[in-house]
Amino acid sequence: MIVFHVNGQERRVDANPETPLLWVLRDNLGLNGSKFGCGEGLCGACTVQIDGTPQRSCITPVGDVQGKQVVTIEGIAADHAVKQAWLAQEVSQCGYCQPGQIMSAVALLEKKPAPTDSDIDAAMSGNLCRCGTYGRIRQAIHAASKKNRVKGGSKS
Amino acid sequence: MSKKSGMTRRQFITTSALAGGGLLLACHVPFGNRYASAAADSSFAPNAFLRIGSDESVTVIVNKSEMGQGVYTSLPMLVAEELCCDWEKVTFVPSPVATEYNHAQFGPMMVTGGSTSVRSEWERLSLAGAAAREMLIAAAADEWQADPAACRAEKGVIHGPGGKMLTFGKLAAKAARLTVPKQPKLKSGSKTLLGKPLHRLDSPAKINGTALFSIDVTAPGMLTAVIARPPVFGGKVKNLDASKALAVPGVKQVVAVDAGVAVVADGFWPALKGREQLQIVWNEGEGGTVSTAAMAKEYARLAATPGLVARRDGDASAVLEKSKKRIMAEYELPYLAHATMEPLNCFVDLKKDSCLIRTGSQNQTADRNAAARVAGLKPEQVTLETTFLGGGFGRRACPSSDFVVEAVQVARKTGSPVKVIRTREDDMRAGYYRPMWFDRITACLDGQGLPLAWHHRIVGQSIIAGTPFESGMVKEGIDATSVEGAADTPYAIPNLQVELHSPRNAVPVLWWRSVGHSHTAFVMESFLDELAHTAGKDPYQYRRALLTRYPRHLKVLETAAQKSGWGSPLAKGQGRGIALHESFGSFVAQVAEVSLDAKGQLKVQRVVCVIDCGRIVNPDTVKAQMESGIVFGLSAALYGAITLKNGRVEQGNFHDYPLLRLAAMPLVEVHIIESSEPPGGVGEPGVPPIAPAVANALFAATGVRVRSLPLTPDKLKAALRDKT
Ligand code: FES
Ligand code: FES
Repeated sequence: MIVFHVNGQERRVDANPETPLLWVLRDNLGLNGSKFGCGEGLCGACTVQIDGTPQRSCITPVGDVQGKQVVTIEGIAADHAVKQAWLAQEVSQCGYCQPGQIMSAVALLEKKPAPTDSDIDAAMSGNLCRCGTYGRIRQAIHAASKKNRVKGGSKS
Repeated sequence: MSKKSGMTRRQFITTSALAGGGLLLACHVPFGNRYASAAADSSFAPNAFLRIGSDESVTVIVNKSEMGQGVYTSLPMLVAEELCCDWEKVTFVPSPVATEYNHAQFGPMMVTGGSTSVRSEWERLSLAGAAAREMLIAAAADEWQADPAACRAEKGVIHGPGGKMLTFGKLAAKAARLTVPKQPKLKSGSKTLLGKPLHRLDSPAKINGTALFSIDVTAPGMLTAVIARPPVFGGKVKNLDASKALAVPGVKQVVAVDAGVAVVADGFWPALKGREQLQIVWNEGEGGTVSTAAMAKEYARLAATPGLVARRDGDASAVLEKSKKRIMAEYELPYLAHATMEPLNCFVDLKKDSCLIRTGSQNQTADRNAAARVAGLKPEQVTLETTFLGGGFGRRACPSSDFVVEAVQVARKTGSPVKVIRTREDDMRAGYYRPMWFDRITACLDGQGLPLAWHHRIVGQSIIAGTPFESGMVKEGIDATSVEGAADTPYAIPNLQVELHSPRNAVPVLWWRSVGHSHTAFVMESFLDELAHTAGKDPYQYRRALLTRYPRHLKVLETAAQKSGWGSPLAKGQGRGIALHESFGSFVAQVAEVSLDAKGQLKVQRVVCVIDCGRIVNPDTVKAQMESGIVFGLSAALYGAITLKNGRVEQGNFHDYPLLRLAAMPLVEVHIIESSEPPGGVGEPGVPPIAPAVANALFAATGVRVRSLPLTPDKLKAALRDKT
């Protein structure tokens, strides 16, 4: 039995500890927001936070998250500055990569409230978007950062 | 615009009673009403595309697949503009598969493609909105015993004489009992929604993880399957030992299907683990001999021989024969994978006399019919529900319905609902690529340095041959999509000949965002650039001189030059390239600025894009589609190639089939030409010009002309070496 927290809730799953966290989230826990894009850590569609760090859940064995805190797209509040900025900049196209993009962006802003363009390059280049929304992702991150800082650095 | 409005207008008047007292006209209420707030008992559905609830909700039923291009917003905008409803009340729901939802131009099928969604639905959906507005006005006028001409609709309210007001919701039940007008009149005067950058209705679901893609579909008792596929195209199972696979915990079944061997399990991971344990000996047949290197040689050989003539103006051969100076160039483009972010997958729940398919299809009628064939059912026994598509780019409109067929074949043997998922490697290696192309052009110039003769041979597989579109799109052996963008070039060339060879081979090909234009734009715009430089002319002015009869081409070209600061100095090592291409009824010019570092790494710094797509529904969507097309085209220009050796596709995932990443994203500026011309497409036209704009910029920066895509560092280094 593997016990960990997902979006603040304790979850117990009876799964082979080698099973990637992504498939436990999707197939066992019914949390379908994290997406499968490559299965090899190459695209970022499956990005979640584990104890505050963005990780590729497709290559993270669920055994490794025993006792840890996992946050998925479902655990990011609708009024979070990043989600709001995503809406304001109209980032999404097909939308498939966007949960992963948002998870990476949230983690970036938690670490660097005022990221530079090269911070964004570094933090976001592991997330592919076949629809090519990169320009808007960059703008949205800057906008969310600005909003957070105006509000006095709160995480909204 | 729709040429078949006669047919669609007639549909407006088919009526049937709706349980609960409303009226439903030719309207199949779509499944589950998942995206719309449920209309209460007495809703008003004047046609197949619209439902107005007594709760004031306005639901637009969308017959196009949403794959990023924003149809769940642009098509509702068309209805809402004429309906004069409150945009805040508008929601969307995907349509079921039914004849009412067939493509307005492509014949009796529901399909999304060819950058046609707005173009083909503009008239039909405007009329749908207008008809409903007239009925609501008639209902209000009747209520007030007033003259309908004295009533008007605004933001979901009918206003009558003396300040009387009734909302759409209050009028819905009454309006539903009226006759649908046969010739509804479109609004005159200014637009309230069209032309405004309204926010997308599907964005909230896409950022909170609730947008339902095919891969997210589940059902009680659902199993998941992955398929072991032959290592080469056309391979078949010779020997199978499934015992080890069946011993993997969670694996339920191993079943043979046409595509290979399916491992069915109680989740994706056990299915994948089971597949790793399969022991299969494949019979490779001829497939094992295919190699792209050999094909390239064969294509080059063919290009030296006459092909079928697709265009002949004047006598290019004779003029070239006589000319003293001929310019010849050969271009090569590889196979390309669509690589939609969501790998192909399909959910099937097959029962004795019914079948439910839930998948991201662009080609619903064909997919449904294929499912029926495989299941041994009648088409009407199959329900196909269109989910969100995690990218399409043409891949989900496959005439063979490959990903649906294989899933139904698996479902025939499982007895429970099943979802078949392709891994990224499965998706990339199972085919349906943009064809590989080889082009050879010979030209000569006149006294002013302008092209006098141009002889162009194209070699590449036909996409259309063998599909249901063959009779319409292959004429005298010429697949129109193989020569589009070349045989119909707008440039003034007095002696022009375009020839085509369409070799056949085992590699499956398909339309890939912008189809033939993805190839011809690179060749045409690169070679034109070469001619300009040969003539010692500015490539922008050179194009202008050849387009005097084409004002829309000229306008985008001139605007791109102006907005990009064409001719202004750039830093050392940088270059600017221009390209122009018409496709899908739209005109796009792009200027790229690039630089090359010492490692041969090309960096695209800025792209200025100008589009004339006629009348516009949502300018932000147009902009987004240009940005998207540029990135899609850049991935192909810089990195994309599918190659085969011994029949095996050599790429499998994003490490060897790279896509553009954020750090490599150029600054993109999009300018839209204001126009009252008929609407053009926007999903694809952004793609074609970017590869030649970049290659032309590379030449401007370095003096090196690379005629083969992708522009990999190895190729660039070799070209730079050769130059010195
Ligand atoms: S699915 Fe995990 S990185 Fe691509
Ligand atoms: S929005 Fe489609 S892959 Fe990013």
